[in-house]
Amino acid sequence: MYDRKKLSAIASGRRRWQEDFAKRAAVANGERKKRYATISGEEILPLYTPDMTQDLDYSGELGFPGSYPFTRGVQATMYRGKVWTMRQFAGYGSAEDTNKRFRFLLSQGQTGLSTAFHFPTLMGYDSDSPRARGEVGVCGVAVDSLKDMEILFDRIPLDRITTSMTINGPAAMVFAMYLAAAEKQGAPFDRLSGTIQNDILKEYIAQHSWVFPPDPSMRIITDVLAYCTERVPKWNTISISGYHIREAGSTAVQELAFTLADGIAYVRAGIEAGIPVDRFAPRLSFFFNAHIDFFEEIAKYRAARRMWARIMRERFRAREEDSWKLRFHTQTAGCSLTAQQPMNNIVRVAVEALAGVLGGTQSLHTNSMDETLALPTEEAARIALRTQQILLEECGVANAIDPLGGSFFVERLTCEMEKKALEYIRKIDEMGGMVEAVKKGYPQREIADAAYAFQKRVDSGEFRIVGLNAYKGEEEQAIPLLRVDPGVEKRQIARTREVRRKRSARRAAAAVAALGDAARDPKENLMPRLVDAAREYVTLGEMCDALRETFGEYRDPGLF
Amino acid sequence: MATAGRKKSGAAGRGKPVRKVRILIGKPGLDGHDRGAKIIARALRDAGVEVVYTGLHQTPEMIVNAAMQEDVDAIGLSVLSGAHEHLFPEVLKLLKKRKMDNVVLFGGGIIPDEDIPGLLRKGVDRVFTPGATMREIVDYVNGRISPRR
Repeated sequence: MYDRKKLSAIASGRRRWQEDFAKRAAVANGERKKRYATISGEEILPLYTPDMTQDLDYSGELGFPGSYPFTRGVQATMYRGKVWTMRQFAGYGSAEDTNKRFRFLLSQGQTGLSTAFHFPTLMGYDSDSPRARGEVGVCGVAVDSLKDMEILFDRIPLDRITTSMTINGPAAMVFAMYLAAAEKQGAPFDRLSGTIQNDILKEYIAQHSWVFPPDPSMRIITDVLAYCTERVPKWNTISISGYHIREAGSTAVQELAFTLADGIAYVRAGIEAGIPVDRFAPRLSFFFNAHIDFFEEIAKYRAARRMWARIMRERFRAREEDSWKLRFHTQTAGCSLTAQQPMNNIVRVAVEALAGVLGGTQSLHTNSMDETLALPTEEAARIALRTQQILLEECGVANAIDPLGGSFFVERLTCEMEKKALEYIRKIDEMGGMVEAVKKGYPQREIADAAYAFQKRVDSGEFRIVGLNAYKGEEEQAIPLLRVDPGVEKRQIARTREVRRKRSARRAAAAVAALGDAARDPKENLMPRLVDAAREYVTLGEMCDALRETFGEYRDPGLF
Repeated sequence: MATAGRKKSGAAGRGKPVRKVRILIGKPGLDGHDRGAKIIARALRDAGVEVVYTGLHQTPEMIVNAAMQEDVDAIGLSVLSGAHEHLFPEVLKLLKKRKMDNVVLFGGGIIPDEDIPGLLRKGVDRVFTPGATMREIVDYVNGRISPRR
């Protein structure tokens, strides 16, 4: 990219400068820190110069936005043409409570919906299961049957609003209910757009809401892929998620590597299931964390796009450009927020959101300042959404595409992250892919090690967190917290029991039996059976039980 | 269930069998956030405590059963789901029922300050909230928990 002679002059200039720098620094009584590192522990040099990116080939490694390898963005016009979707994650209490919050957020300018389900739903239990005691509606919305889904999206036209649903173990079941609810609204399947997370590998690695063991879970995922390719072509069938991997304590490189390795496993499974790669690959999307180390995060998104484009084109021989594009949603890092001085979290979220925008995200969730204490209040959720609107409308950061491209520092970081992530992917390939690596507990152990190492840095004060181990206040700011109505559990159980009483017992039982048969026949696609069951108001727990009989359940190995 | 550092220490004093402090770290309820639980389990193990970790998604019954089988001196529960008001008292109730009242129960997680006095009144010994250091928890265990025989 540059004149070699000039570069070597710059390199020696840098070395001379560094000697002077070190000398002057010593005279000035040392530096602020012994070692400078990213939050992930990667060393940061004092200065980056053009010679450090001399091997970068512009057309091969950066290219232009909207063209291979998409380092600078997946769309040719990026935010000039289409602003990222402001998609705030929401869900608590009953379907009515969450429907109210959805409509509030839409009235405030939010442009897409994102549903948080409560833990019993995430684990495939109905609200009246003994496993659900104390958890109904507490950490998300309770969805047991089509009835709840109808209420959740009441007066929200599903053919016009894109909806994301964060669910994995029972993703196919909840998606079937969504399709049945859309059908009742009169919205044709081929006009539905949105995302179902449906990323089970990440669950074993990090988030830990699963139902079945890895192999049958992979079958459910390929069934969803095949079904959507035919019937719901605008739907994003998997959101391959690094977010939770990072929240569990991974480094940025681990987040990047494990997420792409999960993606590789899904593409491989789809191809092995007989679906042509270019038919399903364009509908895979990604989900990354935006942690507090600004430049490391931007480099991570840029590296992710380039790596995925190469993986799809070179490893999987995808021919369509749309198959090469890594489109992603971003959420600011919940784990970066502090319970101490919670108002400071507004600032953290703004910085993290800015990294997402400068990194070229397609969709963004900004956390509320109170999320480390409870679910967001309406006020806190509004400020979080306003943060995105201020970034878009006032700061001018969405006007030029990939504004940090060409920064010696950012390009160098991008290349280093790519190199280190590829090393992880190579190790996982050697183990036989991510499904096998997960069974061995490999990513789980790597993340646990990183989490422990980081906690030591915080406890020792080497990594400073304002309000937590630095600048501690005497007086804590008290902020109002959302309390979920304790009556939700009782009302939700009553509703689910009423649904079971009112439906046709004969048709519901037939749908469950058909589902069980489909589970035993690996050649049959489960999705049509699940949609039939949803239409008959078969509950989530009943659907999962019908499959548990054949598939079994996954148990946590408890590694630490 | 993973167990670490389960070596019995040698007899000390006048033939009195002394063993290390044994702690069960449990994740009750359905939330999958085990980062804190695993970090604490490791920190305690590194500090010489015998640690039994239950793994995720345990019911109060499973936790108390494990505590009984492993003959632990204390149970540390980690709850981030907001279900602490149900889960902590349930474990205490079962401990009482099994006549295991001398097992100390402590915990942590996303627990609003205003809920803590109620939990302490019910018999939870100590509640750690976000920002607690590994050192604080290890010091608490060393200062508060001793082998029951």
